[in-house]
Amino acid sequence: MKAYINGIGAVSPQNTLGKEHFLDDVTAVEERYLQILKPDYKTYIDPKVLRRMSKIVRMSIVAARTALDEAGIAKPDAIITGTGMGCQADTEKFLNAVLDNDEALLNPTAFIQSTHNTMGAQIALMQANNHYNLTFVNRGFSFESALLDGLMLLNEGEVLNLLLGGIDEITDESWLISTKNDMYKVEPLNNLNLLNDRQTGGLSGEGANFFVLSNQKGIDTYTRISGIETFYKPKNSGIIQEKISNFLKKHELDLKDIDLVILGYNGNPLLDTVYSEIENRLFIYQPTAYFKHLSGEYDTAVSFAVWLAAKIIKTGIVPEVVQKRKYTGRAPKNVLIFNHVRNIYHSLILLQQA
Amino acid sequence: MSSPIVVTGIGIISSIGNNLKETTHALLHIQSGIKPVSILNTRHAADFVLGEVKKTQEELNQLAIADHTKPWTRTALLGLIAAREAMQDARLDLSDVYKTGIVSASTVGGMDRSELFYKDFIGEAQHKEFIDTHHAGDHTEKIAETLGINDYLTTISTACSSSLNSIMFGTRLLKNGVLDQVLVGGSDALSKFTLNGFNTLMILDKEHCRPFDESRRGLNLGEGAAYLVLEREEEAIKQGKQIYAYLSGYANANDAFHQTASSEEGDGPYLAMKLAIEKVGLNPEDIDYINVHGTGTDNNDLTEGIAMKRLFGDKLPPFSSTKAFTGHTLGAAGVIESVFSIIALQEQKLLPNINFKNVIPEINLIPVTQVKDAKLRHVLTNSFGFGGNDSSVVFSSHEATAS
Repeated sequence: MKAYINGIGAVSPQNTLGKEHFLDDVTAVEERYLQILKPDYKTYIDPKVLRRMSKIVRMSIVAARTALDEAGIAKPDAIITGTGMGCQADTEKFLNAVLDNDEALLNPTAFIQSTHNTMGAQIALMQANNHYNLTFVNRGFSFESALLDGLMLLNEGEVLNLLLGGIDEITDESWLISTKNDMYKVEPLNNLNLLNDRQTGGLSGEGANFFVLSNQKGIDTYTRISGIETFYKPKNSGIIQEKISNFLKKHELDLKDIDLVILGYNGNPLLDTVYSEIENRLFIYQPTAYFKHLSGEYDTAVSFAVWLAAKIIKTGIVPEVVQKRKYTGRAPKNVLIFNHVRNIYHSLILLQQA
Repeated sequence: MSSPIVVTGIGIISSIGNNLKETTHALLHIQSGIKPVSILNTRHAADFVLGEVKKTQEELNQLAIADHTKPWTRTALLGLIAAREAMQDARLDLSDVYKTGIVSASTVGGMDRSELFYKDFIGEAQHKEFIDTHHAGDHTEKIAETLGINDYLTTISTACSSSLNSIMFGTRLLKNGVLDQVLVGGSDALSKFTLNGFNTLMILDKEHCRPFDESRRGLNLGEGAAYLVLEREEEAIKQGKQIYAYLSGYANANDAFHQTASSEEGDGPYLAMKLAIEKVGLNPEDIDYINVHGTGTDNNDLTEGIAMKRLFGDKLPPFSSTKAFTGHTLGAAGVIESVFSIIALQEQKLLPNINFKNVIPEINLIPVTQVKDAKLRHVLTNSFGFGGNDSSVVFSSHEATAS
């Protein structure tokens, strides 16, 4: 199963929307969490509907539009989204109203917009798109499941192209609650200094990263996605290494064929060791890269890594700001992403030059 | 990979029964689970009737044989009860020989606990073990860990069509060779969040709901969970397994009209039914029974009826909504009603649409009102949701499909 990425659209804490920049103008902040750079929504969405939309819906529409425009497709054959926590702002709004007002005097708008499929549905609505529409919601597997679904649809010949998105939004309240479980850092830090921060937890973030996948190369194809695999709560590093080796074998690749490994370091000293063990024991000679100092950590942050890998393969440039080990080799052809969320949800994604 | 996909195990819990046997009995004896509120702690308890599973958290915990050291939501407990029944029913072999996965579905996941402790989460975080049970996939993970399902897990949420989509996705994981056997289904517990949400939309009937009746005023909410074990036919036969039904057709479409209301001509429902039937290679007239979505709201029943008339013309097969048995179980509705459709196939009986008296004048359609013997080969089941997410699945009998 494989697919070509023929268009991308990313709304992130970085300037990732336009084609003209590729991380040459990185945003560095001293914050507790990273928020998206707000696009000029009015140029994408009718102000009358914009008013009622929460951030997660807005950023999804912008990212989806950008990806479709790049691919030159108005109405994809399928829309598949992955979101770990879905519409947090509207869920909080309605839940707080229910609790604060003792189940009285409630407004339905937040409830209506609280379902996880709202983003996929709103995109379909704007395109009058009656085709296949699905939303996956299993935290750190959400984007990966959506990607697998997309690869299967293309493999089955059910569709010629599709829109795929990974989306999560941050709210002050959801961030605060997550810090109670040591999931995210509490005190402000400079995101570019992420790997030196000793606070427990990762640097929280958000984003909407959309892709047009197709069974055919387009005029402006970025790369090919050749494989995806997920595994849940691996017991130790040995099992992870075995999973990675088997994954490469399945795709008829040796370790030495991998030009770049993108790792999901999120700044949590307790759990980043999962990556460093793999980096130091398995990928001893490979150049490595990281990205969550730019995107922040969220359930679907791996979709930002797919954006990064696609840009790297297309441009042949590995921006210095993402290099973990110095990159000196040729333009990368085979890129492997290894990500985990809280050492629970692990995934491998292989991208190859188209 | 072209082997047909079959159902080899069933598990179900809802307001009409704690297992498949009780459920079948209630359906065939027309025993509804819609009752006054006695479990959900809400100020609206006297205002509405609900399809509650009449068990407290402790009672469910015992029935589920859940690990007491872990935080369990009601959604996860209901899910575990149904999933374990399905797995045992299929005599699932969890050795390394087979790749086994679970695809579940839910709308509000662990909201039933979150809404009890939410203010604590923000403040002192006294119940912080329930912070991580909030997300929609928590119940899937709890089930997988308890039952030892290791190779794949994921969760789908497309509002009220969620679990028909998990059946569909699981089927495709088998067809694409990703898995050899898969538990598919969904779970949703009642919560104040959903009760108040639907109440603000003014689509809840204070009395027992009356799907497809002229006097319908809205839906009753319910809760429950159900799972099917799906396998490839050749493997099921090799292992000498019972085959309940063939999962022969499926489709997912979007109405693309409005976040909560259906299009006037029922475009999404029409497409979902049409494409699911085409997927089997059948014509509409080959369908012998439809378990409709039939929530009992003004909008759903009218537009679903219009979509059925568009597709079937004057050859509309017998149909019924079973929502007046269980209430609308939201994310679990698709799979619960799939189980009902398989029961209909197994028993060769049409299931009744409780509380129907007079036709909706605009569509003039009469549903099945009694349990009735019938020759059933192919049955269609519908689930439609917010966001225009519409899905349909076709189950076929052994004799109609066996290869």
